[in-house]
Amino acid sequence: MGSYYINRTFFFDVHPPLGKMLIGLAGYLSGYDGTFPFQKPGDRYEQHNYIGMRGFCAFLGSCLVPFAYLTVLELSKSLPAALLTAFILIFDTGCITLSQYILLDPILMFFLMGAVLSMVKCNSCADRPFSASWWFWLSLTGVSLAGAMGVKFVGLFVVLLVGLNTIYDLWDLLGNLSLSLVMFGKHLLARVLCLIVLPLALYTAMFAVHFAVLNRSGPGDGFFSSAFQSQLIGNNLHNVSIPEHLAYGSVVTMKNLRMAGGYLHSHWHLYPEGIGARQQQVTAYLHKDLNNLWVIKKHDSDTADLSDPSSPVEFVRHGDIIRLEHKETSRNLHSHQHEAPLTRKHFQVTGYGINGTGDSNDFWRIEVVGRKTGKLIKVLRSQVRLTHVATGCILGSSGKTLPKWGWEQVEVTCTPYSKETPNSLWNFEDHINPKLPNISLDVLKPSFAEILLESHMVMIRGNSGLKPKDNEVTSKPWHWPINYQGLRFSGVNETDYRVYLLGNPVIWWLNLVTIGLYLLITVCTAVALKRGVQLTSELKELSRVVLRAGGQITLGWLLHYLPFFMMGRVLYFHHYFPAMLFSSMLTGITWDALLKFCAVFLSPSTTARKIYGGGFLALVLLILYRRERTKRGEIREKTINDRLRDQQCF
Amino acid sequence: MLGFLKEPVVVTAEINVNLVALSVMGLISRLWGLCYPRAVVFDEVYYGQFVSLYMKRIFFVDDSGPPFGHMLLALGGYLGGFDGNFLWNRIGAEYSMNVPVWSLRLLPALAGALCVPLAYQILVELHFSHCAALGAALLILLENSLITQSRFMLLESILIFFILLAVLSYLKFYNLQKHSAFSGSWWFWLLLTGVACSCAVGVKYMGLFTYMLLLATAGLHFWHMIGDQNLSNISLLCHFLARGLALIIIPMGLYLSFFYVHLALLYRSGPHDQIMTSAFQASLEGGLARITQGQPLEVAYGSQITLRNVLGKPVQCWLHSHTNTYPIRYENGRGSSHQQQVTCYPFKDVNNWWIVKDPGMQQLVVSNPPRPVRHGHIVQLVHGITTRYLNTHDVAAPLSPHSQEVSCYIDYNISMPAQNLWRVEIVNRESDTDVWKTILSEVRFVHVNTSAVLKLSGASLPEWGYRQLEVVGEKLSKGYHQSMVWNVEEHRYGKSQEQKEREVELHSPTQMDISKNLSFMAKFTELQWKILTLKNEDTEHKYSSSALDWITMDTNIAYWLHPTSGAQIHLLGNVATWASANAAALVYLCLSLWYLLRRRRKIYDIPEDAWQLWTSAGGVCAGGWAVNYLPFFLMEKTLFLYHYLPAVTFQILLIPVVLQHLGDHLCRSVLLKSMLSALTVAWLSSVYFVYCTFSPLSYGQPALSPTELRALRWKDTWNILIRKQ
Repeated sequence: MGSYYINRTFFFDVHPPLGKMLIGLAGYLSGYDGTFPFQKPGDRYEQHNYIGMRGFCAFLGSCLVPFAYLTVLELSKSLPAALLTAFILIFDTGCITLSQYILLDPILMFFLMGAVLSMVKCNSCADRPFSASWWFWLSLTGVSLAGAMGVKFVGLFVVLLVGLNTIYDLWDLLGNLSLSLVMFGKHLLARVLCLIVLPLALYTAMFAVHFAVLNRSGPGDGFFSSAFQSQLIGNNLHNVSIPEHLAYGSVVTMKNLRMAGGYLHSHWHLYPEGIGARQQQVTAYLHKDLNNLWVIKKHDSDTADLSDPSSPVEFVRHGDIIRLEHKETSRNLHSHQHEAPLTRKHFQVTGYGINGTGDSNDFWRIEVVGRKTGKLIKVLRSQVRLTHVATGCILGSSGKTLPKWGWEQVEVTCTPYSKETPNSLWNFEDHINPKLPNISLDVLKPSFAEILLESHMVMIRGNSGLKPKDNEVTSKPWHWPINYQGLRFSGVNETDYRVYLLGNPVIWWLNLVTIGLYLLITVCTAVALKRGVQLTSELKELSRVVLRAGGQITLGWLLHYLPFFMMGRVLYFHHYFPAMLFSSMLTGITWDALLKFCAVFLSPSTTARKIYGGGFLALVLLILYRRERTKRGEIREKTINDRLRDQQCF
Repeated sequence: MLGFLKEPVVVTAEINVNLVALSVMGLISRLWGLCYPRAVVFDEVYYGQFVSLYMKRIFFVDDSGPPFGHMLLALGGYLGGFDGNFLWNRIGAEYSMNVPVWSLRLLPALAGALCVPLAYQILVELHFSHCAALGAALLILLENSLITQSRFMLLESILIFFILLAVLSYLKFYNLQKHSAFSGSWWFWLLLTGVACSCAVGVKYMGLFTYMLLLATAGLHFWHMIGDQNLSNISLLCHFLARGLALIIIPMGLYLSFFYVHLALLYRSGPHDQIMTSAFQASLEGGLARITQGQPLEVAYGSQITLRNVLGKPVQCWLHSHTNTYPIRYENGRGSSHQQQVTCYPFKDVNNWWIVKDPGMQQLVVSNPPRPVRHGHIVQLVHGITTRYLNTHDVAAPLSPHSQEVSCYIDYNISMPAQNLWRVEIVNRESDTDVWKTILSEVRFVHVNTSAVLKLSGASLPEWGYRQLEVVGEKLSKGYHQSMVWNVEEHRYGKSQEQKEREVELHSPTQMDISKNLSFMAKFTELQWKILTLKNEDTEHKYSSSALDWITMDTNIAYWLHPTSGAQIHLLGNVATWASANAAALVYLCLSLWYLLRRRRKIYDIPEDAWQLWTSAGGVCAGGWAVNYLPFFLMEKTLFLYHYLPAVTFQILLIPVVLQHLGDHLCRSVLLKSMLSALTVAWLSSVYFVYCTFSPLSYGQPALSPTELRALRWKDTWNILIRKQ
């Protein structure tokens, strides 16, 4: 993806641009020239310079360890807990694999952990608000949030986490009666500024850079609306001038407004036997073609008087009844009560009639969304609905691909349901009418806000469009924490050079057990506190850590994990890794607290320290031991990648 | 001893006339003219077919929800003596004389009518005045949408009834908690809460939302009890166990029992059989059971079998082969092995028969005693009619080029050796030495040479493959997927070694007799899983709406239209009620937020007990509204206005709560108070007026003229049907 930035061609992806921009930047600085095609996993890089980009990702990935260490240290004030967490992250095979390649995830996790760390730091500065370090951490939280959001939309979850934490914080401050309302207002304002205004500004700026860098036409054009395309150098809509208002006799192309919707298209081929009436096919076609041209005619008068140059130009108005004649084949756009080829509940749309003479089923009422009768229709900007006069159905594209006989173009139907969807809306893109003055498209230049909004809509729709197909083995969210199955990153069958994303089983199962353990400890502590059991100050401090710090981290884990259960899109194993980070931090905190509890309860003196130290050592050894075994096992299965072997040396 | 003689036996009856009057009015409003229209109305066409199937004891699967609601509807049919003979094919079709319309519609109507007194009681239990309770009951009584929904054979009114019952009994239980814990009535209301919850969930999964709300409330209340230092640890534990029993164990047990009754009632095979696994089908009377009766259980070397793919999508099909070969070149230019085609065929056919062969021996008959095939054994599969071996090799499959082609091997003498060894892996084995069983075992066939797994790709072959489904060898089979799993459906021990005799044998039906019965739990898990995962393809509907339309009631649903006159029935709420319910929710939210913020600064606007009242009422009414409404924003299925009815019921209960609070605490002067009561009376009469105006659309009579209908179209988005003259 970084290649696109270096070549400055426009592309479309379901994620926001920051991650790809950073990779592009790293590649640019390290001398990568953007020529490698990046077509399928397993292709060899040959002479291309990719180390810079990989190094960048790996660097960000390795930052996770100190970040997690500092976060846990700040939360629990316990060095062993922090060390345990760091240890887990260093020796987790999954984290290593994930951060070694040119992926978005290490960047996302970097910003995510950055946000969590600065949030925690800021919380511990709460005793001296408005000091320099307080401001620093608060604004750093904001910056990291913008970064996380800018890499993937999964960053929204960490925004949610920080938001909830801030609300809790403010609620606390509100209850503090020694604080005047003015002071509270200041607190509120500072947070709004740093956690809402700042990230939003950064996020928008990021998109501004994105659009400024990518100013050439590229493979992503077709996903966007006509107005958007006119912004791209090299696109045929760039700097063209066409008549602004639609008139009778004009030759036009119509583009469907759904994402990646095609142009209204027809060709000489007929619908095959048994599929509706045996008339000419009408489809939606994604590429530009002469067969996309249609002529707008009045429903009751013929072509002749319109082509006469002396006759006055008559504009098409909202609510007019028109006829659309296909330019190449001179057939009219037609619909009738036969069922459509794929969407059985809709009506079939055909090309009918000879040289423009058809029947009353060729009449369509043209309407602009949100406009009154009699208004003119603007090219490119008006969203148009075509209603079939005889049956009342609306012309739309169903988005389904026709079989072989339809040349695998997209089905066009007439839907009897009068629901407002982009499927049934069209706009006019090309417009040729010699009698009208051409105006430059720059007049139609969309504002930055419009571009921003549109690209978000397209991204969101693209995300929800990633649906799993039938009979496809997909990863389910419940597979993840139990390390049920990995994700094949790359590799060719014959060789033993394979990269396989799989967590270190001991670590992952330890994490899983710890979540249950944590719940148990929390319930016990909370019930004990609620029952008013008298605790020593040491235990009080410990239970505060368990409840407050552990609670924050658990909330983070839940926020990064549970939403995936409700997602309809295709899910992958690597989606779990942000949650895994939280889970590892929880492991550190929980085991530390658990061993301390045990030590306190069992005996008060030196043995306590021994138990505590011994327990920790056991955990660490367990992780190390299993790691060695796992790696050997993986080599036997030929699923480890060559880099992991290098790592064994240090 | 004879103490009772000394004192007179006194029976004191306490009758709340309000309650009785409300119940009677509710009954009148819901039962009046119940048989009209004597035609299929809207979703009756959907639920009706299930009632018919219940009457005929034919098995079905309905993915819309658990069976309790359907069973209640069927109970109505049973009591009315319905024989199930009616073709539920079209909305608006006239009922024939054998359909007991009145009794079929009676249960939902009764449930709808009882919601009125329930609403009254809930407000009373929330410690609001009888005036407020009366208001709530009247609003429910005059709510057009609830009336329409409860007068037909639909499930929503039953669902709302159980939801309200659960809430009421929980409140009763909670109010008894303080002074008479563990008394008889305490137990009664606690158990009733659990029962009502499970009934609600059993009618529709939407009931889960309220169940969760009640569980959360119970948890919260229990949390407060933990903080109560007067309670001993033992009594706390007893409380905990009692709640766990009544609110979790009993609902689960009841839920299971719904399925038990469902499966006990429906023992005949029917149209939905093929969704289920072979084992399940075999447990039903008729259908597959007729074929499989008397098959040997254990698959042995020499067994003749048919193999069914477990997935059952896009259609159920059996592993199949025929004499035709793969074309040498496909249309896109790729080459094939030109060997015999192997497909998955959706119909029973003699070409579906395969013989399990031991690679080490030549014979194709079962030895005496039979040698069973176990997990991990290596077998060859011989196609019965053509006696060719099932084979896969490193040739791309016709439609899924990343997988291997599966064929029946023909030796063309072109140095392409046969690779026809398969390892049998029983997926649902209990131990590694399990025997491969007919119907019960789900097996994967792993190719020995390439470790590819035999898989149904789901694509259908072009003309040359007769549009049958493609079967491939999947090399990257990391996970478990049902498309890779097969089970033996028909099975017999082969006896004839000669090909001619064997062909005759293959054509003959199977005999012998062993019955296989699934345990109830196995059946339940399978059925439950199917209900949850089955998806209907076509989701577009004329009257479907989005959750956002519901608050403002921008949509309606036309339920029925008289074939000749303009009489029609619509699901349309009482506009006045809906608007004021929205206003009440808004006022509640704002006021709560205001109070909360002020309390945080230690400013108390209202006395503590009033605040308690305000929050508990809000928890029930606003909470009920939120849990029954907000989840719909996350759902991707087709939504209709009637999904909002449970939520709106809770929202309506909030109106009197807010009004009384305004009157008691915010209207300080007498003048303001009397103004508020006057306004309330005026508003109530406007509700009544709207009810009267729209009642022709709720009851379907009298028929209205087109002008009257046009006048009723208060919103442009309403779809009121006007006949062209």
